Amino acid sequence: MNSYTKVVDNGVNVDALLGAREQLTDAPQAAQFTWRATCEWVKGTHSRSEIEGYFGLGEEQKHKTSFCFDADHPEIFASEDHGITPVEYVLVGLASCLTAGIASVAQNRNIQLHSVKATLEGNMDIQGILGIDSDVRNGFDGIKVVYDIKADATQDEIDGIVAQSQKRSAVYDIITNPSNITVETK
Amino acid sequence: MKLTNRLALQPNSLLQPFKGSVTTLIIGAGQAGLAMSRCLTQRAIDHVVLERGKVANSWRTERWDSLRLLTPNWKNSLPGYRYQGDKPNDFMTTPEFVQFIQNYAETISAPVHDGVTVTAVDAIENGYRVTTNVGQWQCRSLVVASGAFNIPNVPSVSKAIPTSIETLTTHQYLNPTQLEEGGVLIVGGSATGLQLAEEIQRSGREVTLSVGEHVRMPRCYRGRDIFCWMDDTGISREHYTSFDDVNRVRKLPSPQLVGTPEHSTLDLNKLRASGVNIVGRFCGLNNSGSNTSGLNKCEAQFSGALNNICKMADLKMNRLLDTIDTWIEDKAITTGIDQPERFEPTIVDKSPTLSVDLASGKIKTVIWATGYRPDYSWLNLPVLNRKGLFNHDGGVVNAPGLYTIGLPFMRTRQSSFIGGVSDDAYYLSDHLTSYLDASFKPSFNATS
Repeated sequence: MNSYTKVVDNGVNVDALLGAREQLTDAPQAAQFTWRATCEWVKGTHSRSEIEGYFGLGEEQKHKTSFCFDADHPEIFASEDHGITPVEYVLVGLASCLTAGIASVAQNRNIQLHSVKATLEGNMDIQGILGIDSDVRNGFDGIKVVYDIKADATQDEIDGIVAQSQKRSAVYDIITNPSNITVETK
Repeated sequence: MKLTNRLALQPNSLLQPFKGSVTTLIIGAGQAGLAMSRCLTQRAIDHVVLERGKVANSWRTERWDSLRLLTPNWKNSLPGYRYQGDKPNDFMTTPEFVQFIQNYAETISAPVHDGVTVTAVDAIENGYRVTTNVGQWQCRSLVVASGAFNIPNVPSVSKAIPTSIETLTTHQYLNPTQLEEGGVLIVGGSATGLQLAEEIQRSGREVTLSVGEHVRMPRCYRGRDIFCWMDDTGISREHYTSFDDVNRVRKLPSPQLVGTPEHSTLDLNKLRASGVNIVGRFCGLNNSGSNTSGLNKCEAQFSGALNNICKMADLKMNRLLDTIDTWIEDKAITTGIDQPERFEPTIVDKSPTLSVDLASGKIKTVIWATGYRPDYSWLNLPVLNRKGLFNHDGGVVNAPGLYTIGLPFMRTRQSSFIGGVSDDAYYLSDHLTSYLDASFKPSFNATS
């Protein structure tokens, strides 16, 4: 890292994040978070999810407002296209998680970002979800993310930031590693 | 009443023969314990070294046949002792290294008690009581040099693997001939995992190697062994206080190196070219569903993060090589070295395997090369963190007169390398001497 002092501002409060990290190391129970969403069927393949509260730092927390998300399927699936498809939400989740990570890691490494643009592609053979061929999986075959980043940094430094962002990304982990899911009815 | 309580807390104290009272007691006669012993002898501090087996026990009993040290002979100096053979650039086999340590113990007249297994360490007034299978010692200060590699880490899901598959740890593995013919899944991307993958693949068994975060390193760079450069540039001696997060670096797997007469580099590209299937980090077993033969499936699942894991290792290796190149340039060294080079990036399959059905019969053996942890089950002192590791500041444990030595990145990057233990032993024996001087001067000859 450069020995002279650069003023780098990517709008990330790294000191607060590092402080939280230190405090939570000593109080691991406060690090236990629960994220929540509710979802209600509207009509056809259209549903609306709402997110407001979550649990963390030992107590109930709230977003500044509640957020609503419509999901549906496009007309070629004989749907009415009231919102993006659920798998596209997965791409949104991955892109926004990695991008937030890039800004944070760059700030921590004292690197000024000018622009960060990601293009994502998830390839899918829909013979899986249509039940045509049981050897074809339902989900993505793979996801490709291409970042176009302008920053005061060398290509290796940029690659290092992007790599570190993947290493610390929750959504990246959720997608690349299996998770147990329980679905119940009441 | 009080006395009864005290005795109840110390059930063994009256039953065990008393072996002696010493100023310092060292647990473990490997390179670290012996280096410390030599430093204490130099400082005229009376001590004993307790060893559960014979000197260099884990090297005698817990290493596979083909293993050679990762460090070249010239690098293996210990306090008051250095390699004296005629092959300074070669790598010792395990028996050669056992002999080396044996010779060291004899040269420094280390007061080693063989065949003594420590079963308990308790705090007493002005020191510690050490209970063993042969009796008890008392000491004012204690050095734990029992190693970082006592217990192989095995994921808990190991128990769910079908019994038709043999599972081994690297403490049990000796050579490929002990394995059934057929596929082998090796879990772990350290030096161990890669070395085993290479020799088992060569034996005709198809190897799948599961790798998580790893440290890629060429054996030689610009015509010299990588340890020459790490020493010259000061990287070997990087101090534990200079890392942002020392706990992270302490958990790093050993660099992907092998010590061979050919000084060859061992990396994932080489293994891949020899036919090894490189897959992501092992992340669990899925036992639901059945396979095409109607048998219960037992799917080993691998992370899809292999690309990033390999990219990170390549970037880190290139940063190391950049540091070396810059150092060479700064020193204006132009002769006797080769030109800079960059190695081929790690090649990852377009779609790396994400799961393997262990019930399909293709895999016959699973080898866990997933690291080790120390065994402190005998230590009755509140000095361990929630992960069961010492709370220590560069080997100085958070209890009066208690030290540890020989752990990865304990004081420097080279703390767990054979020759790296010397500086740590010098420092800690000085610290220990100051502790004794400050704590016991007024009544130095009094028994506690």
